[in-house]
Amino acid sequence: MAEATGIKDILKPENLVYNKTKIMTDNVLSYCPGCGHGTAHRILAEIIGEEGLQSQTIGVSPVGCSVLLYNYLDIDWQEAAHGRAPAVATAIKRLLPDKFVFTYQGDGDLAAIGTAETIHSCNRGENILIIFINNGIYGMTGGQMAPTTISGMKTSTSPYGRDVKLMGNPLKITDIVATLPGTYYVTRQSVHTPANVRKTKKAMRKAVQYQKLNKGTCFIEIVSNCPSGWKMTPVLSNKWMEENMFPFYPLGDIKVPEEKSAQ
Amino acid sequence: MAKIRGSIVVNIDRCKGCEVCMVSCPTGTIAMAKEVNHKGYYYAYPANPDLCIGCASCAMVCPDGVITVYKTKI
Amino acid sequence: MEKELRLMKGNEAVAEAAIRAGADGYFGYPITPQSEILEYLMEASPWKTTGMVVLQAESEIAAINMVYGGAACGKKVLTTSSSPGISLKQEGITYIAGAELPCLIVNVVRGGPGLGTIQPAQSDYFQAVKGGGHGDYHLIVLAPASVQEMADFVGLGFDLAFKYRNPAMILSDGAIGQMMEKVWLSPQQERSKSVPAWATTGKPSTRKRNIITSLDLDPNAQEVFNQKLIAKYNEIKEKEVRYEELRCDDAEYLFVAYGTSARVCMKSVQLARAQGIKVGLLRPITLYPYPSKRLNQLADRVKVMISVEMSAGQMIEDVLLSVNGKVPVHHFGRMGGIVTNPEEVVENLKSKIIGG
Repeated sequence: MAEATGIKDILKPENLVYNKTKIMTDNVLSYCPGCGHGTAHRILAEIIGEEGLQSQTIGVSPVGCSVLLYNYLDIDWQEAAHGRAPAVATAIKRLLPDKFVFTYQGDGDLAAIGTAETIHSCNRGENILIIFINNGIYGMTGGQMAPTTISGMKTSTSPYGRDVKLMGNPLKITDIVATLPGTYYVTRQSVHTPANVRKTKKAMRKAVQYQKLNKGTCFIEIVSNCPSGWKMTPVLSNKWMEENMFPFYPLGDIKVPEEKSAQ
Repeated sequence: MAKIRGSIVVNIDRCKGCEVCMVSCPTGTIAMAKEVNHKGYYYAYPANPDLCIGCASCAMVCPDGVITVYKTKI
Repeated sequence: MEKELRLMKGNEAVAEAAIRAGADGYFGYPITPQSEILEYLMEASPWKTTGMVVLQAESEIAAINMVYGGAACGKKVLTTSSSPGISLKQEGITYIAGAELPCLIVNVVRGGPGLGTIQPAQSDYFQAVKGGGHGDYHLIVLAPASVQEMADFVGLGFDLAFKYRNPAMILSDGAIGQMMEKVWLSPQQERSKSVPAWATTGKPSTRKRNIITSLDLDPNAQEVFNQKLIAKYNEIKEKEVRYEELRCDDAEYLFVAYGTSARVCMKSVQLARAQGIKVGLLRPITLYPYPSKRLNQLADRVKVMISVEMSAGQMIEDVLLSVNGKVPVHHFGRMGGIVTNPEEVVENLKSKIIGG
């Protein structure tokens, strides 16, 4: 009896510690259950809200599972052609240099069809944030092999597992862009545990600050799951990701600002 | 002695039953319902509400943002 | 302010006119025979004066997608290229048309197919006026026949693009891009400070978010959008047809030619008239919308029409549709980057049409 009264006492506005940010719209996310896209969206939305950037932000959505991203965050959006988001964002930022400009792209979009746009916008040091969701698969088209599909991984176009001799090697594009002079901050994170969510959010907040200071391209890879494409339950997909994806795509900062690393 | 007490509210009809919150809960507060919501998912709910410490771990990993968290000292 | 007289290449005129029209951004990639445009802009460095952004992109594909991004911010942006590069841009162009964004695209055409030649041609007519990329859409297509028009159509192209929220194209060719002529340049226009209501510039609390996209998963909504585009194109066809006539009043034979071919035919008309042959010229200035009504009227008066093009015969199809069987329509043209000469146009008229 005392405990029941207790819960009623807890559910008061003054005790609210976590609520869906208003930057997220009320539209139901189109993603499969347990997909990391939703979590990544929410972290980004929280950052935009907390940093007061709603009126200053132009987002560029990709082609892939997150093609409808513009339905989920209450900001101005441009929907780019497949792989071209960094070129689109380049022009936005150069024409509106005071705005916060980011792209949100999957692995097929960013690391296959859009490789040239990715490399060159990073190499020019475009003052944008690139958020890169790497789940090693083409989710939207039904689970085909992606440029980031790891060796041995089964997809609908590598049904016996990726044979690197036949199909080529998975591309660590994040490590490549980290070598370019135009990138300022390059990090690889995940969003599958509370601790990882906190780290990803911290990385996004840094990227926002660096963009305000015109430091160059910030690039955040989020290694994520694809329960449907991987044919696993969401919980198992996260475990599989830890055991198989993280050894090949280790989490952590890849390139940090020099003044920071000197400390 | 002051004790941290938390509570969660799940937007049941928006839950997709992925269970990611359940495995992220450090206190075993959350379980999946035996019945389904409008979309046919076995939704998450606070099966052991007394155990909740309001840490928001569940809400942080929820891909669909369906969990609201409250916390107080009693 | 008064206009300024300069001697310029057609390509340079495009670049200078873009600065003077108050363009906000140019995104391009080098390709012959139009590289002077980017070179001129880089030398002029308008970012120091008007604030115009100029960027050499990593590809034509990137350049057209930069145009998409800039146009979606409500900015006056353009890109230029030549045939193979324009082919690469087609994906971006159809997205721009599908998102209803205003922009200017200049094609300084060279002969094809494939890598073809770097010499002038008019073999991209179909690509320019019939679509080029996938889906039901049209560009507004302007065909300059002089360096003066290369300059003038930059401002006109932007005006039409913004009026209809539709990409506009200047369909030029290597001859007009490379040749030097005197050109009267308009005074410097200030860059626009007004922001269209649909532009993505950051969502203030006073309006809903703006979304620039060409995606609609609901087929019913997509069809409604397609119908909206058709209504827009019909309005453009009604209001924006532009053409020029030369000695059509008593003409028995009519050349139909645009751009460089029209320049050639002006001389051909003189040569033929000197020999007593009553020839006129209709020069379409807009290739989309096409001056179909006027051609149909002229078909009541002339015996034959001849579509003179530096191609295997592309515009002739629009002439045929326009006259709808009223008169015979012939094609005459050279290909492969060869510019037709006035004498052979007249010779063809005499031997193949009048005497044939």
